[in-house]
Amino acid sequence: MTPETPIRWRRKDLLGIAELSPAEIELILDTAESFSEIGERAIKKVPTLRGKTVLNLFFEASTRTRSSFEIAEKRLSADNINFSTSGSSLEKGETLVDTALNLQAMAPDLVIIRHAHPGVPHMLAKRIKAGVINAGDGAHEHPTQALLDAFTIRRHKGRLAGLKVAILGDIEHSRVVRSNIHLLNKMGAKVTIGGPRTLMPVEMEAMGVEVAYTLEDAIRDADVIMMLRVQLERQGRMAFPSVKEYFQLFGLTTARLAAARDDVIIMHPGPMNRGTEIASEVADGPYSVILEQVTHGVSVRMAILYLLSGVHEETV
Amino acid sequence: MAKNLTPKTTILDAKQMARIIRRMAGEIAERHHGNLGSVLLAGIRTRGVPLAEKIAAEIERMEGAKLPVGILDITLYRDDLSTVGPQPQVKGTHLPRSIDDCAVILCDDVLYTGRTVRAALDELIDFGRPRIVQLAVLIDRGHRELPIQADFVGKKVPTSQSEIIEVSFLSTDSTEQVRILERPTAK
Repeated sequence: MTPETPIRWRRKDLLGIAELSPAEIELILDTAESFSEIGERAIKKVPTLRGKTVLNLFFEASTRTRSSFEIAEKRLSADNINFSTSGSSLEKGETLVDTALNLQAMAPDLVIIRHAHPGVPHMLAKRIKAGVINAGDGAHEHPTQALLDAFTIRRHKGRLAGLKVAILGDIEHSRVVRSNIHLLNKMGAKVTIGGPRTLMPVEMEAMGVEVAYTLEDAIRDADVIMMLRVQLERQGRMAFPSVKEYFQLFGLTTARLAAARDDVIIMHPGPMNRGTEIASEVADGPYSVILEQVTHGVSVRMAILYLLSGVHEETV
Repeated sequence: MAKNLTPKTTILDAKQMARIIRRMAGEIAERHHGNLGSVLLAGIRTRGVPLAEKIAAEIERMEGAKLPVGILDITLYRDDLSTVGPQPQVKGTHLPRSIDDCAVILCDDVLYTGRTVRAALDELIDFGRPRIVQLAVLIDRGHRELPIQADFVGKKVPTSQSEIIEVSFLSTDSTEQVRILERPTAK
């Protein structure tokens, strides 16, 4: 009776953006749009996932992503349990597969996992019946971050197709950039990445992006600028002489913004280092949508939890 | 029209629908005489929404009072989400004002098992504490599975469970009528 049959979500897991179709991405974003209203209610809770159990497995530090997932789970009335690295049985010598099988024995409905090694969520997804959501695996993918970024862009620009998006900073260590490139390419945006050569992997052009080695080249006529944190803790060696020099060359300041479009928006996945990749005047300035990203993160994660929890073995 | 359904009869045409909705609007205006300012119409997605809008338009024409119309998407409150397979699309709830101390009139096209109305009541209560909640439906087809009844009924239509009532509105379906369709019988 409806003019077009709406697309239905049929994946058990959300492991990366690379395997999603544009229609699936749009379904998540549209669903998230409907969920954002719940965050504005006096009673911020719906009974949708009552009786479902969600495990939050964070083998790597996380504040934002983990609390965002927790809030999303609670707003949907799911029961959640948190595991973190310290004190987990992995530290006591258990293999990841054994951990997975033990978790499976507790019959969770969904497992959220972050791990320092790429591919761990994929391995887990193959071994357990529960749906698996990748909350960041090494420098590979961070799909929910890319989706909340896309949601934020769509809110401001009304579309993704045809936009020029500049992503700047520590490209080498960023899973956010990989997920974002996949997503923005699929949705028809034009991506330029920029950063110091020492933090720019060689294969990047093959992902279908333009590569720039100065901030000015990267942000020219940009509709959207995404700043990435310099992940000093992941660098075996310093990739640049000093934080001060990095800021001088690649730090985003109000003066430098002039090269971008007048209605540019500035994003950052957090946590940001003021004075390293971004100046406070920009982070707190009128173009910044950094805190909106955090708000939208909850809606997007609610949408993903909702869609994945409808997939049962018989429908896969 | 959904697949494998054979149309049986047209029970209301556009003119008859308009007449019935006009009568329902009159009943609502009469019941809430003097208090229309605190009445809110809440249409249940999908076809409760055009019904609510039409009732609001009729009340405005008769009484000059423009009642606010809200939209309830009850998907997140359904009791069959874990059994229906892929999740139905969520299109969102929008209530134009606080419902505290209001008279909320839920509007839906067809009243059948009562489960949709149960879900709508649960959702509504999450938004506040209305003074009173009433139910207006265009068609009451019987077969209730919960103790729920409508306050304003357009037309009672006795049906069998193998039949489907199809309500069409211009705004959602590009035609305006109510038909009975028959599900294919199991061979």
